[in-house]
Amino acid sequence: MLIEMHASFQWAWLIPAMPLLSFLIIGFITKKWPQLSSTISIVCILTSFVLAVWIDFGIFFSGVGASLVDHPFQATVHWLTFSGVHIGLTPNTFGLDFGTLIDPITGVMLFVVTLVASLVQIYSVGYMHGDKGYARYFAYQSLFAMSMLGLVLASNLLELFLFWELVGLCSYLLIGFWYFKVSAREAAKKAFITTRVGDFGLLIAILFLFNKFGTLNFVDLAKLMGPGFQNAIVFGGMSYLTLTAFLLFSGPIGKSGQFPLHVWLPDAMEGPTPVSALIHAATMVVAGVYLLARTYFLFQHASPAVLEFVGSLGTFTALFAATIAIAQNDIKRILAYSTLSQLGYMVMAMGVGTMTAGMFHLMTHAFFKALLFLGAGSVIHALHEKQDIWDMGGLWKKMRITGTTFAIAVLAISGIFPFAGFWSKDEILGTALKNGHPVIYAVGLFTAFLTAFYMTRLFVIAFMGPEKKENHPHESPWMMTLPLIILGTLSVVGGWVAIPAHGFAYYVRPWGSVYEPDPMNWTLAGISVVVGLAGMVSAYGIYNGKESDPLAAAFPRVHTVLKNKYYVDEFYAWIIKNIVDGIGKVLYWFDIYVVDGIVNGLAFLARFLGNWFRKAQTGQLQVYAIVFFFAVVALFLIITIGDGQLAALTQLGGVR
Amino acid sequence: MTFPVLTATLLAPIIAALVIIFLPEDEPKTIKIVAALGTLAALAMSVFVFFAYDKNVGGYQFNETVQWTKDLGVQYALGVDGISLPMLLLTNLIGFTAVFASWNINTRVKEFFVLLMVLITGVMGTFLAKDLFIFFLFYEVVVIPIYIMVLIWGSSKRVTKEYAGMKLTIYLLLGSAFLLVGMVALYLKAGADTFMIPVLAQRSAALLPQNFQIIVFGLMLLGFGSLISMFPFHSWSPDGYAGAPTAVSMIHAGVLKKIGGYGLIRVGIFILPLGARFWAPVIAVLAIGNVLYAAFIALAQKDLKYVIGYSSVSHMGYVLIAMFALNVVGIDGAVAQMFAHGVMAALFFSSIGFVYEKSHTRFIPDLGGLAAQMPRLAIAFMIAGMASLGLPGTVNFVAEFTIFVGSVRVYPVLAILGIAGVIFTAVYTLRVLANVLFGPRRPEWDHLKDIRGPEMVPLVVLGFVIIAGGVLPNILMSIINSGVHTSGIAEVIKTLGQSNGGIF
Repeated sequence: MLIEMHASFQWAWLIPAMPLLSFLIIGFITKKWPQLSSTISIVCILTSFVLAVWIDFGIFFSGVGASLVDHPFQATVHWLTFSGVHIGLTPNTFGLDFGTLIDPITGVMLFVVTLVASLVQIYSVGYMHGDKGYARYFAYQSLFAMSMLGLVLASNLLELFLFWELVGLCSYLLIGFWYFKVSAREAAKKAFITTRVGDFGLLIAILFLFNKFGTLNFVDLAKLMGPGFQNAIVFGGMSYLTLTAFLLFSGPIGKSGQFPLHVWLPDAMEGPTPVSALIHAATMVVAGVYLLARTYFLFQHASPAVLEFVGSLGTFTALFAATIAIAQNDIKRILAYSTLSQLGYMVMAMGVGTMTAGMFHLMTHAFFKALLFLGAGSVIHALHEKQDIWDMGGLWKKMRITGTTFAIAVLAISGIFPFAGFWSKDEILGTALKNGHPVIYAVGLFTAFLTAFYMTRLFVIAFMGPEKKENHPHESPWMMTLPLIILGTLSVVGGWVAIPAHGFAYYVRPWGSVYEPDPMNWTLAGISVVVGLAGMVSAYGIYNGKESDPLAAAFPRVHTVLKNKYYVDEFYAWIIKNIVDGIGKVLYWFDIYVVDGIVNGLAFLARFLGNWFRKAQTGQLQVYAIVFFFAVVALFLIITIGDGQLAALTQLGGVR
Repeated sequence: MTFPVLTATLLAPIIAALVIIFLPEDEPKTIKIVAALGTLAALAMSVFVFFAYDKNVGGYQFNETVQWTKDLGVQYALGVDGISLPMLLLTNLIGFTAVFASWNINTRVKEFFVLLMVLITGVMGTFLAKDLFIFFLFYEVVVIPIYIMVLIWGSSKRVTKEYAGMKLTIYLLLGSAFLLVGMVALYLKAGADTFMIPVLAQRSAALLPQNFQIIVFGLMLLGFGSLISMFPFHSWSPDGYAGAPTAVSMIHAGVLKKIGGYGLIRVGIFILPLGARFWAPVIAVLAIGNVLYAAFIALAQKDLKYVIGYSSVSHMGYVLIAMFALNVVGIDGAVAQMFAHGVMAALFFSSIGFVYEKSHTRFIPDLGGLAAQMPRLAIAFMIAGMASLGLPGTVNFVAEFTIFVGSVRVYPVLAILGIAGVIFTAVYTLRVLANVLFGPRRPEWDHLKDIRGPEMVPLVVLGFVIIAGGVLPNILMSIINSGVHTSGIAEVIKTLGQSNGGIF
């Protein structure tokens, strides 16, 4: 079938190319001129934003979109020749392509990423003002934008993996941006290694798919897994696709911070706050969720147990992280655990069978979580790097824009009608119940209560209550407040794409699925809102006007466990220190004393024998003569005593 | 007669060495410039050959043949195909940059650069030779300069440079003794009239019975296996690199080691396929030993050169397992990894060399925060480190991915264990980067000058190759692929009928 296209689609490659260009320009030419560098970076990312909007117009408003849902637009070039592996389904072409794939999922991601990236870069002009690494910061930001946009547009799994690792690199560079801080250095390392553990499984999944299907193109893979594919049992009763799906899911576990690989994300807050907003809240960490959406066909063909597992793990992570968030005092850490929890919701959505709701929550979350982080950055900036919420208080009066937009974001994340988070969270919970997961629904609902509770706790302690004398907060400059206002608006209206006929769900759904309009269940929605309000009210009641944490005093044991994040980090540190490094030390001992021991032993043996034989070669005539004499005597004795046996020798000696 | 470009490439460093011999000792700058020009000429010619090679035709090209010893049938026969071309280019990339990594040498400059030129020529010759005898001859040429260079310009840390040099040399010589026996046996059995590798390979099926192949391959494995630092014959490598001067470490880890891998493909698999098939499962297990064992040991190291030394042992495991998956993709990956690792290791060792030269220490806990004082060197370290852990966008990722595709079909379990190695590689590499470059600024290193001028050459040249190869991998991979297909190795493998592993 002929794929309809919009004139804009063939220019999609420019979207990642623009930030790449700015990275190269800053890196090689303008790094000595900070202001010029940031201007170049912002101009490039805004160009990408405009292009993304143009493409989104093509997808959603030009009449092409309907066919695009099942038949994505692709434009590819040949990248790597590979023996015996086909490109797509065309015979006699081997290897891997590099290209762009456009469908509504891509469209949503392009809009979210370019928008948040643009706003964060504008915000950073104010936030990073005067930093020694200002130009370097914008170079990294551009590199990140390039990688993330490449990931979103990737047309095959290896291309996606390539950019997936590059965003990991950018995350590493930006977490460790202030490389002279030991904490930043360690956090950067931790993030890289932890996500690599997940990537290990992802890479194996890619290899399995590549070897089985001979292609990694998403559209072709989806076709090949269709009817006619023999899904044989391979390992432990699991079919091929089931095993592959499990392995592939380990990628999102690492990247999207699901338990047990969540440990890196809170530490990632060592980076500059705008970085936390962009990378560790709104865009990169949702790459795992995006990967699940992109490869949703694999999960549909695999055993239902996989999605069951995905849903359960997401739900667990949502609850687990939310409980930790209650006991944290660092404003960025609270937000980090809240991010983990919300990522849990998205993964939960994928697991209960609604990719649509997962992507929907991804979008609304990007708006309000970026807003929360940028708001937190504005506060930290105003208070000169203070991050403990108990050192804040009464900020709303001094920082009107920051305070108001922050309040909007709190309402949005708490799922209060009609803010953005309400629509997406409600859709996840509603689908969970509808698809027969009452436990997931209940846990999700309880987590919604906790979410409202800890976010209100943060707001009440930091923004309300009495002011602290030592603080002299002032509102941030317009370059920082403008992004807050834009994101604040989106956090209000962002969820309205779900009304009236849920246009979002019409476009964003798995390939080949049938669109079923799903009317709003207002009873469930009402319950969600009531639960959210209950969380807010109870937090207000407990924390309003308090100078220290009343819950910590009431439940000291529980609070200590939560404050220490269930000691997961300590457990990992123990494993690395004792098991991994221990094995290293033992093997090193083995290498020096056993392997090298044998080598040196052989050398020693050779030298020893040499030393021993050397004694025969003294060079003294007298010694040789004595040896000669005694040898003759010995021979004579042997011959006379052993007469006859050595008769032949007598001929030689001629003695007798 | 066409211009004998391969001989010219081979002679360029030798001519430089001859010129240096007649230069006065007190003109170190001139000596270095001559050495740089000699290696630059060789590099330029090998780049030309690399791009002028017609990969659609394939096979040996730029052939030169001169009868040498008629009675033995030895011919001075040179030629390149898709397998030797990347190795030739690699040799000259590293040779050229090694000159600049040695730019600050100021004791016995003349001798150093003469020996370096001889070393580069020797390594290059092994890759250009089509005749097994000539191959062996060049291989022996390599040993002498290395020994002298370690002893005079080396450094003593955990082990003395005398010990390291001796260990290195004896290992190489013992290995070559096994090779010699194997080579003579091969020569006698295959008609005793030629050492030409393609001819020997042609006669292999008819004249070399399986038992003979298994034994001779075993001998070759001892020789080439120690050279590529196959577990448990690897222990010369970390000590050797630690004792050697920067340029020798670069050449040794970068290309010399790869003669082992190259020999295993060219002589082992090509001439003795039945022997290769017999030994393949053993090698695959040992290869994973390399990958994991050395990676764990690298975690326990505190000397920079030992980390990279063990890391290079670990990376050679990937070459071995891919090669002995005995399929085209695997061998593609093995050759690509030899190239990629060579460039990466050379950049790493040159960077370490600069740190050591300026700070006089390689002990990791003594270093730290160097990104503040030496930002350009930090970039070199970062590129090398990211290449080492196989980050996409570097040529190393392409090679490793190809290796994994090739080997997971044949040895699924072993390959997955090997892939787990990428996690540990990340751990030790990132630790090195973190503990050397990042962290609080240390005032005791404030006097260190960042790399500049000629010292930038390794970063610029090798960094460029690492990234260009990662972004446009087909430049490299299409040549290798054509090499494997047209050199006859693909057919040989096909006759082995190595089955795909159980699950694919």
